[in-house]
Amino acid sequence: MKAEDFHERRDELGGWPVNIVSYKIGDTYYCTIDNVDPGARFARAEGPTRDAAEAAALEKAGRYLQQTRRRAPA
Amino acid sequence: MASVTTALDVLVSTNWVAQHRADAGVRVVEVDVDTAAYDQGHVPGALGWNWTTDLCDTVVRDIVPKAKLEKLLGASGITPDSTIVLYGDNNNWFAAWALWQLKVYGHNDVRIMDGGRKKWLAEGRDLETTKPAVEPTTYAAKDPDLSIRAFLPEVQQALARPNVAMVDVRSPQEFTGEILAPPGLPETCQRGGHIPGAKSIPWGKACNEDGTFKSREELLALYGGQGVTPDKQVIAYCRIGERSSHTWFVLKHLLGYPNVKNYDGSWTEWGNLVGAPVER
Repeated sequence: MKAEDFHERRDELGGWPVNIVSYKIGDTYYCTIDNVDPGARFARAEGPTRDAAEAAALEKAGRYLQQTRRRAPA
Repeated sequence: MASVTTALDVLVSTNWVAQHRADAGVRVVEVDVDTAAYDQGHVPGALGWNWTTDLCDTVVRDIVPKAKLEKLLGASGITPDSTIVLYGDNNNWFAAWALWQLKVYGHNDVRIMDGGRKKWLAEGRDLETTKPAVEPTTYAAKDPDLSIRAFLPEVQQALARPNVAMVDVRSPQEFTGEILAPPGLPETCQRGGHIPGAKSIPWGKACNEDGTFKSREELLALYGGQGVTPDKQVIAYCRIGERSSHTWFVLKHLLGYPNVKNYDGSWTEWGNLVGAPVER
């Protein structure tokens, strides 16, 4: 068994840069989304296709990012 | 000056792991930010350690207690003579956290697989989902080496010492106080900003796009350019001590700085402390 169809791309979500990684192992596509800096995975999902896995992960990521508050400089 | 470990002793390639993962005395262990990743598929023969349960004290806020680590290593079939090869997702973030703790407890031969899980997957290398059978051992850890761990009083005293370089490895937005936690993660401190005098050198700058570490020359320029030089005592911190263990690994083992400590209390301690000075 090997990871197939490995893809990685940068995008912006809710005003934040995110890194989107997806790949297939066996019959399942996995997608993880991390914040670019520091690079922590904060949403993941799986599905039968890349689009399904990415859509589910992006939906979760969007919800989590809405909770991040920006503060004005001191 | 303390002995310097060279990169060759602590960093191995995916090729090396593919060739040596089943050697006697070698134990490969995956440690991920995403604790579910191991079960998707892992390096054949690798064990998986969970950073949220295996590598900490789950009652008191602390690193893994000695007896618990001994139990984990024994259950992993590891002896003090074993070569432990760690790898994980997100540029080996939590693999470095595991390595730092193993060094605290004196394990001699611990290495990181350069590029981590991402590089292994991207190269289309073999994976398996079964957990390997392990012959348990009895592991006796050494007493903790506190020369590589900074506690709050030392960090407070360091504010007045010019020969100390404090390195904040969080994102620039955390450093300035614009955000209190990495985007998408829960806020875990009361105040934003950084420890006065700290230099902002985000941990991920030590890595290339493929997850491998940058060259020695690039790393020397990255840290030296900010005045973080080997003649100083260096203290690295982040939010909870994991990202800074990655920087600790780079400075201590890839660059051979003699005096580097990880302040694992980090911003979740400092940023919650009543009366602690904060810069923004």
